[in-house]
Amino acid sequence: MPDIRLQNLRKDYGAVNVIENLNLDMADGEFTVLVGPSGCGKSTTLRMIAGLESVTGGQIMIGDRDVSRLEPKERDLAMVFQDYALYPHMNVAKNMSFALRLARMNKADIETRVKEVAATLDLTAYLDRKPAELSGGQRQRVAMGRALVRDAGTFLFDEPLSNLDAKLRGQMRAELALMSQRIKKNMIYVTHDQVEAMTLGDKIVVMKFGEIMQAGTPEELYRNPSNKFVAGFIGSPTMNFLTAELVEEGGTLSAKGDGFAIPLPDARKSSLQVHKDRQIHLGIRPSSFAEGPGGLKMPVILSEYIGAQSVLISELGGERVAIEVNTVVPIRAGEAREFTVQGDEVHLFDPKTEAAL
Amino acid sequence: MSIASTNRMTPYLFLAPAGLVLAFALFYPICYMIYASFLDWNPSQRIGEAEFVGLRNYFKLFGDDAFRESMGVTLKFAAVVVTIEMFLGVGLALLLDRNIRGMSVLRTLFILPMMIAPIVVGLMWRYMYHPTVGIFNKTLKSWGFDGIPWLSDGSWAFASVVIADVWQWTPFIFILSLAALQSLPASAIEASKIDGASDWQQIIYIKLPLMLPVLIVTLLLRLIDSFKVLEVILVMTNGGPGLSTEILSLRINRTASEFRELGEAAAMSNLLLIVLLILTFTMFIYNKAQDARAARLRAVEEEA
Repeated sequence: MPDIRLQNLRKDYGAVNVIENLNLDMADGEFTVLVGPSGCGKSTTLRMIAGLESVTGGQIMIGDRDVSRLEPKERDLAMVFQDYALYPHMNVAKNMSFALRLARMNKADIETRVKEVAATLDLTAYLDRKPAELSGGQRQRVAMGRALVRDAGTFLFDEPLSNLDAKLRGQMRAELALMSQRIKKNMIYVTHDQVEAMTLGDKIVVMKFGEIMQAGTPEELYRNPSNKFVAGFIGSPTMNFLTAELVEEGGTLSAKGDGFAIPLPDARKSSLQVHKDRQIHLGIRPSSFAEGPGGLKMPVILSEYIGAQSVLISELGGERVAIEVNTVVPIRAGEAREFTVQGDEVHLFDPKTEAAL
Repeated sequence: MSIASTNRMTPYLFLAPAGLVLAFALFYPICYMIYASFLDWNPSQRIGEAEFVGLRNYFKLFGDDAFRESMGVTLKFAAVVVTIEMFLGVGLALLLDRNIRGMSVLRTLFILPMMIAPIVVGLMWRYMYHPTVGIFNKTLKSWGFDGIPWLSDGSWAFASVVIADVWQWTPFIFILSLAALQSLPASAIEASKIDGASDWQQIIYIKLPLMLPVLIVTLLLRLIDSFKVLEVILVMTNGGPGLSTEILSLRINRTASEFRELGEAAAMSNLLLIVLLILTFTMFIYNKAQDARAARLRAVEEEA
C-alpha cells in the first residue's frame, strides 16, 4: 500500500479551468476525506485519481509510479459510486465477483472470497438477488462489497452515503469507520457532509473553487481553521461571524463590536498588534458561549430543543447568532439570558483575505 | 342514471369519435379483405357479383409451388437482411458512441438512406447494378475483372436486393441502438472500467446485456417491416429472374393486377397478416412481461 501524491494537478474542461495546481500528499493507509461545497472540484479530483477523467496537467503518483496516464484497471484501485453503479443485469454474487472473473481467478477462490465478504456485510441471504430487488441500504452494501472483494491497494468513495436516509446513513457511517480500522488501506472519500468528514477522516482536505483551503486532522481543522471558509464549513451548528474592531483598553486587547467587547488573551497580543484599531471578523462557535452571570445579556429569539442540547437563536451586534447550550428543561423563547465567551475560544479573521489572524 | 356512473362514462364518451374512426378505417378494410378471400373475384366484377367459393383460395395456395417458393423467399429475405442489419447497426452504434468532433454530422449522414423514398432507392440501385453502365460493373471492368450479373442471375439478384435493403434500413437499427447506448447508466460502465474490463469486455458483459430489451423490440419491428417490403424489389427486379426475388407482397401485387385473381390475392394477404400478427403479439407479450417484471421488482423494493 503505497502513499499517494498529487503534484501540480490541473483539470480544464475546454476553456474552463476547474482545478489549478493542486498538491496533496496522502500517507500510506490513511483515510483522506475531500470535502467542500458542490462544484469545488472534489469529485473531479477523485475521478482523476480513479482514471475516469483525463488529467490536463500535473501528476498522480501512487508510490513511485506515475499513474496519471494509465487506464483505471492499471491503477490497482476499487471505487464505490454515489449511485452505487451496480450492474442491473447481474445478481449480487455476480456483481461482487465481476472484477475477479475478469482477472480469471479460479472459480472456487472467487466463491470463497465473495462468501467471506458477503458474510461481513450481512449479504449472504441476498447473493441471488438482482440489484432492483434490494433496498437502498442493501445496494449500498453490495457496492461496498464489490470494492472489498477486490483487495485493491486504494479505495475511492464518491459520496457513497448521500443517497441513504438519515438513520441508515448514520449506521453505514459507523460501519465504514469500523471497516477502515479493520483493513488498513489507502482510502479517499469525497463528501459534502462535514459530519461524515469529521467522523471518518484521518485527514480532511477542505476544498473550494478547485483549491485546497486547508488540509489536516479533524481536530486541527476544528481548533485552528486557517481561514474563514474552513471555520464556517467545519463544525455544526456553524460558527457565528461578527464584525468587530481590535481596540486596546487598559493594556488589554479586545474585540469590540456593537454592544459587546471580548477581551483577548495576552498571549495573542504581540501577534495582533499590527491589526490594532482595524476592523476584523470575529468567529465564535455556538458551543463557545457559556451561560453565566456577568456576561452579555442576549435575547432568545428562537429555541431549538434537541434534548440534551438546545440551539438558541439570538442577536449580537446586529447579527443573528446561534448558541449551543446544555439543557434539561427547554429554554423558552422571549427570555433574555446572560452568556460569557472566553477570549481564547474566539477566532479572528482578516476581513479582506479571510485568513485567520 | 346516477352522477357516479355518468362520471365513469365520461372518458369513453370522449374516446368514442376516435374509436369510431379507428373501427371504420382499420376493421372495415380487414373484414372486406377477409370476405374477399372467400370469393372467386375478377377485377371486372363488382364484389356482389363474385362467386362465393369458401376456403378454395386457401387450399389452392397451399398446393401452389410458386406461392410456397415466394413464402420461402420472403422468410429467407427477412432472416438474412434482419441478421445483417442487426450486426451492422449495433456495431456502428457501438463504434460511433463517443464524443469526437463532427460526430453529430456523421450520425445525421448515417440515417439519410432511411429518409429516401423506397421507389427512389430501388431506381438508384437499379442504375448502380446496371450490367454495362452501372458503377459497380464499370469499376470492376476498369480494374480488369469481369462484370457481375447483379440482377440477371438468380443468386446474385437475391444478394443485390439484400444489399439495397441493408443499405436503406441499417440506419434504423443504428439510431435505436445508439439511443439505447446513450441512455445506459454511465456509472455502471465506469464501474466496469474500474473493475478491469477492456473495451470488448465492457461491450459483451455490460453494454449489450443492458441494451437487450431495446434490441429485441428493434429486431421485431424490423422483422415485421421486412415482411412487407415491396417497392425497392419491384423496381429493381420485379421478382425475377424467375421467382428468385419474388417476395410475398410482390406476388400479391402480381396476383391481383396480372393474374386478375382478387380473391386469391386477398387470401395471400391474410396469410401474411397472420404471420405479422404472430410477430406483433410476440412483441406485445414481451413488452407486457417486461412491464410486469419491472412492476413486481418495484413493489418488492418499496416494501423493503
